[in-house]
Amino acid sequence: MNRGPLYTVLFALAVALVCSVLVSSAAVSLAPRQAENQALDREKRILEVAGLLPTSGAITREVVRAQFEARIRPRIIRLETGEADTSVDVEAFDPRRVVKDPKTSRVAPANAAQVLRVPTHARIYEALDDAGGIERVILPIEGKGLWSTLYGYLAVDRDGTTVRGLIYYAHGETPGLGGEVDNPRWRALWAGRKIFDAHGAVRLQVVKGRAGPPEADPHRVDSISGATLTTNGVTHMLAFWMGEHGFGPYLAGLRGAAR
Amino acid sequence: MSEHVLDPAETERRKKALLDPLFTNNPIALQVLGICSALAVTTKLETALVMSVALTVVVAFSNLTVSLLRRGIPSSIRIIVQLMIIASLVIITDQILKAYLFDISRQLSVFVGLIITNCIVMGRAEAYAMQNPPWRSFLDGVGNGLGYSMVLILVAFVRELFGSGRLFGVSVLPLDTEGGWYVANGLLVLSPAAFFLIGIFIWVLRWFRPEQIEEGN
Repeated sequence: MNRGPLYTVLFALAVALVCSVLVSSAAVSLAPRQAENQALDREKRILEVAGLLPTSGAITREVVRAQFEARIRPRIIRLETGEADTSVDVEAFDPRRVVKDPKTSRVAPANAAQVLRVPTHARIYEALDDAGGIERVILPIEGKGLWSTLYGYLAVDRDGTTVRGLIYYAHGETPGLGGEVDNPRWRALWAGRKIFDAHGAVRLQVVKGRAGPPEADPHRVDSISGATLTTNGVTHMLAFWMGEHGFGPYLAGLRGAAR
Repeated sequence: MSEHVLDPAETERRKKALLDPLFTNNPIALQVLGICSALAVTTKLETALVMSVALTVVVAFSNLTVSLLRRGIPSSIRIIVQLMIIASLVIITDQILKAYLFDISRQLSVFVGLIITNCIVMGRAEAYAMQNPPWRSFLDGVGNGLGYSMVLILVAFVRELFGSGRLFGVSVLPLDTEGGWYVANGLLVLSPAAFFLIGIFIWVLRWFRPEQIEEGN
């Protein structure tokens, strides 16, 4: 039966309308729950990279919340000086929003990590030991991989240079290739590496071929085969965020205090 | 309503729609569709099971919806209309997983979204639901979903048990790395293992049902 082009157009419009209403109402009604899951997942990843996630027993919502409350202290720092700034509300701080506002961010200098804007302030997390002293710090990093921007955390000892772990909580890299940045075996290679050389230059990088153990080969980590561009992105984002425009001044402060 | 008095032929057709895709016309084993996700999500039973449920729900409801609209869909845009329906169902499924099964949805990553491109869904909409009444199309969707699920779960069972010594994440064969006696077969954790297992499944199936062997060669 031929019903003419008008019918075809109207039919397509009607189906599109019904589908879009269904999709958007599902997205909107489930959004709060998803946001809560994401926040919890971030806390879990911060604990994991800090080495504070319980190794036995089920990791439930309550366990994560309690451990995060007890052992992690968020803090706002001013990137330029590396000093803590208590005038900014740490709970309300939204890293994705501050980089959009010209008052709280500036255009980033040209960089290989393709970071477009750097914020004036950043929220870091201090992992506390049993006595309540700072054991290590967890710094947010981000940068382009192959397809997507990778968002993650780097855990650094309080000496300001020894890496404890690297973890990504959001990216859109290819599973099995670039997505292997999530692989626990690869992530384990980071522990014990040093970010800076004796002159305070950022040396930590991902290399092709086999890197030695951290004691012998402190600045290099094996790349992932099939993920050259993603792991180059990891090197670039470390260079940027550990450098002078990122957490360089803050880490220099830690190194000074440790010396 | 004539629906209440089912003639035996219709009952038979419904039974065929539901059960044929399991062995006689399995979407993976005979039609060799939906292979890529079968490789990717079968290292663990948990992800394979969630993926199976997601695909079964999507293919069943896309068949139902397409079949309900089949007399109204203009043939010139039918593929796009089918795709729109499938895409909407997949997005809704993905949103629900993100809200209620967050960890699993992370592990499935892009593969839930890629149900849209799974040839089983589109293939059943075009080949079956466009010509058959809604209820039978729904059953056909469930049947094909189960056919896919069966292969996925079999493959995941073997891969998780022998690849990492676990079933549903619970240690069954204690690994030597954790003080047990079982040396895990690392090959099974890699994607090619799924190819071998699906190949063996197809071989065994065709041994019992020689009529499925393709002609030629």
